[in-house]
Amino acid sequence: MDWNNGRRVLGLIKLDWPLLLGLLAVSGLGLVVLYSAGQRNMDLVLGQAMRLGLGFAIMLVLAQIPPSHIRFWSPWLYLAGLLLLVAVMVVGDISKGAQRWLDLGVVRFQPSEIMKLAVPMMMAWFFADKALPPRWLPLLAGALITVIPFILIAEQPDLGTALVVGWAGAVALFLAGLNWFIIIGLAAVLAAVVPLFWTFVMHDYQRQRVWTFLDPESDPLGTGYHIIQSKIAIGSGGIYGKGWLNGTQSHLDFLPEGSTDFIFAAFSEEFGLVGGCVLLAMYFFIIARCLYMATRAPNTYGRLLSGSLTLIFFIYAFVNSGMVSGLLPVVGLPLPLFSYGGTSLVTIMAGFGMLMSVHSHRRNLTR
Amino acid sequence: MNRWGAAARPPLDRLLVREKDNTAESELFFRRVLIMVCAVFVGLLAVSGRLVYLQVLNHDRFTTLSESNRVRIQPLPPTRGFIYDRRGVLLADNLASYHLEVTPDQTRDLEGTLAVIKSRIALSDLDVDRFRKLARRTPPYTGVPLRFQLTDDEIALLAIDLYRLPGVDIKADLTRRYLVKSLGVHAIGYVGRIDETEMSKLDPGQYSGSTHIGKTGVERSYEDLLRGRAGYEQVETNAEGRPLRVLNRTAPTPGQHLHLSLDIRLQAVAEKALEGHNGAIVAIDPRNGEVLALASQPVYDPNPFVNGIEFSAYRKLNTSKDRPLLNRALRGVYPPGSTIKPLMALTGLQYGVVNRASGVFCAGVYRLPGASRKFRDWKRSGHGAVSLDRAISQSCDVYFYDLAVKLGIDRTKAFLDKFSLGRPTGIDLPGEKGALLPSPQWKQKVHKQDWFPGDTVSAGIGQGFFLATPLQLAHSTAVISQHGKVFLPRVVHATEDPGTRVKNRVEPRSAGTIEVKNPRFWDAIIGGMIHVVEGGTAHKIRSPRYRIAGKTGTAQVFTLGQNQSYNARRLAKHLLDHALFVAFAPVEDPRIAVAVIAEHGGGGSATAAPLARRVMDAYLLDQYDDKLDAGLKLVPEVQRDGLE
Repeated sequence: MDWNNGRRVLGLIKLDWPLLLGLLAVSGLGLVVLYSAGQRNMDLVLGQAMRLGLGFAIMLVLAQIPPSHIRFWSPWLYLAGLLLLVAVMVVGDISKGAQRWLDLGVVRFQPSEIMKLAVPMMMAWFFADKALPPRWLPLLAGALITVIPFILIAEQPDLGTALVVGWAGAVALFLAGLNWFIIIGLAAVLAAVVPLFWTFVMHDYQRQRVWTFLDPESDPLGTGYHIIQSKIAIGSGGIYGKGWLNGTQSHLDFLPEGSTDFIFAAFSEEFGLVGGCVLLAMYFFIIARCLYMATRAPNTYGRLLSGSLTLIFFIYAFVNSGMVSGLLPVVGLPLPLFSYGGTSLVTIMAGFGMLMSVHSHRRNLTR
Repeated sequence: MNRWGAAARPPLDRLLVREKDNTAESELFFRRVLIMVCAVFVGLLAVSGRLVYLQVLNHDRFTTLSESNRVRIQPLPPTRGFIYDRRGVLLADNLASYHLEVTPDQTRDLEGTLAVIKSRIALSDLDVDRFRKLARRTPPYTGVPLRFQLTDDEIALLAIDLYRLPGVDIKADLTRRYLVKSLGVHAIGYVGRIDETEMSKLDPGQYSGSTHIGKTGVERSYEDLLRGRAGYEQVETNAEGRPLRVLNRTAPTPGQHLHLSLDIRLQAVAEKALEGHNGAIVAIDPRNGEVLALASQPVYDPNPFVNGIEFSAYRKLNTSKDRPLLNRALRGVYPPGSTIKPLMALTGLQYGVVNRASGVFCAGVYRLPGASRKFRDWKRSGHGAVSLDRAISQSCDVYFYDLAVKLGIDRTKAFLDKFSLGRPTGIDLPGEKGALLPSPQWKQKVHKQDWFPGDTVSAGIGQGFFLATPLQLAHSTAVISQHGKVFLPRVVHATEDPGTRVKNRVEPRSAGTIEVKNPRFWDAIIGGMIHVVEGGTAHKIRSPRYRIAGKTGTAQVFTLGQNQSYNARRLAKHLLDHALFVAFAPVEDPRIAVAVIAEHGGGGSATAAPLARRVMDAYLLDQYDDKLDAGLKLVPEVQRDGLE
């Protein structure tokens, strides 16, 4: 009833308004695009809206939980995730040729999804009480924390998720202050080993696969078809686009996966270069805001967790838009907040929830 | 953390535990985040740059592509390579035929479309079933075959309605044809439609547009060479997906032609010789491992398999007790019986448990020291005093019982393994069996029983647990004839580029030489094998025109009681012994090694040896049936410069 009273109540809710507005803007635009890309199928849009609603709810709930709780649960979540990954390996369900689902009777679920959150949490937890920049032993342990789930997931095989998990661990190490000499050294070793591996270890057919992966257009009967169609869709959009609901490529079914992994192509066809740049700018705003929040975190745990969660979001946006426009190889990662469906939406929103929790509880924390 | 406290720490501890300095770490983190912000900016800028490249710089090109739209990628399946025999007789080629293809994405209503098709032409549930399964496996924008081998009438009936059936196409393709029908089927094999499980394992790019895949024989083992590489074309289509114009075409690379080492005439002789028996004949050129004939009886016609054999016909083949689908040459396992004796003798010489001069007295019965069980010789009265040479030529069992016991099973196994007994020879055909060279470890594992001395005794004459394939027997005989030089058996002699018609000889694959302590050991056992034919158990097949070294074998199928005697006339056919014979010729310069197995054929000398003689006669004396040549068109397609 009292205006001031209302403000106080709102002030008790822990969240970050700029970030929330950015996320709402992108997801709103996503729903509009989905309506067109999904052939004006309202069920699709409503389904996605429900999923987004669930995601935002999870985010808001997590934002209220103090970071100390999240920190406490970090190693346990990580261990549980590892055990589930092993379980998938032993008894997992094979779907679409890859073994990544665990059937719990009621729900089937993907333990690798947990790892996208658990690896940043575990890395942050592990380095929280170590002196930074880390010395050799902690460094090695940190690398192991990342590499074990990475290998388990890559074995399923789920290259996309493995990439995300590996990236999360790598940026956590980088943000923890990994020595430049080590970074350069690793790069040098990699540059030396890869050609040797290529010439002496790999079989011809494996090399062929890598080639198709790096240059999908050399295989126009397989994945190359997607990329060729997607480039036609984007390119024909021009500067201002064909207009909402006017995209011919996506509507005539030439663009495969137009509402899921390749929604960025459908969007660019209808909204053109201007639309594409606006969307990329919105992603940049969200990422920059999150990284700013990370620098304001009071302790190592909060900083590392926020930092690597943000950069997970970035890798989704970057890899997907790069893949769809033919800049990067084809890796099955959705465009965050845009692509239809996907458990990854929930994971990403949970990540933002933790970010908000760290940020909005910063004053309550004793150092 | 006060300065005093820190200073009070012992020095070692200070080295190990650094204090966390939150301010410094916060600054470090800030610097790192700045770098990441820059990286994120650059990354997103690169994507924007790419958008500029596509949407501004190449806008016109993509607009054209998008408006004329509809650029579809159409796979162009390659032409499968032909198969010739070693003289250039065409064995398998491709015949033009038509099939019906449906692209699910382009049909307005898939069920309706199927119903319309069904009302026009015969469409079995099997066809529809297979179509649905394949359609689930392939992207919906690619065509899936529905019916094969359309007749002219069916094409005419469909052509009338084609305009109102978007997504339905009549496609021309090439169907595999086996010109010599059942002849050599166990070596050549056949192709068949790709089934669901194969589809899930294939490279979808390479097989898009392909409907068939090699299922057995050379067709399977040389699938990659025979198939070639798929090409594709970018076609502009109208809104219904019908092609209007080809924009860009990458031609398929046709598959390589194969020239088998088989001589189809010799194959015919071998198959004809075996007629009336179930069994196998394998002939190898010992100088290079090339398989000259690979016969397995009974045979079957591969042609019906190409486009899906009818269920009843398949069931008949599959349930026949003669099992025509079984490739006995590679997958039939038989006790080698006495054919193993030359190699047992060689093993004995190698380990010094016998020598050329020493002898054994054969009284027709062998007893293990201190045991009562009798191991009988096939000749009840015994052979008297036998040397190594006579033991082979007269096939004295007692000599080899004694030899095997002195050797022991482990040494026997170690040496015979070099001759590919008990393991696959490595021939370039799929599904070869390793058969069995038994060992105490194997018996313990499979039968959960100890190895008894009696097991060694039986193994000495190729009985008991000992099993071998006809191919292994022919291969080991070839190795003997070359004094230990091993060439891996193979059925493909050369490949030929269909464009340039340049032939590439497949070089013999040598697998080294089996060393024995004294090279004269080879002469000793070969001498015995010569005497098998010249005065021994196979004296009836002696040829006046060339010299043969051989060994008869009779493998027991049915174990007699201790005091029973074997009487062929009183036993049912399926309990009769297997007849075996291995040989090579000419002795002076071996050019052919043969193994013959006639299931339940009775004795090796009476039944199997004459069959081997017929094969060797045909090959060495060039005695072929002219009627066969004419009847089966077994004349080389064109006389080419030979590679032989």
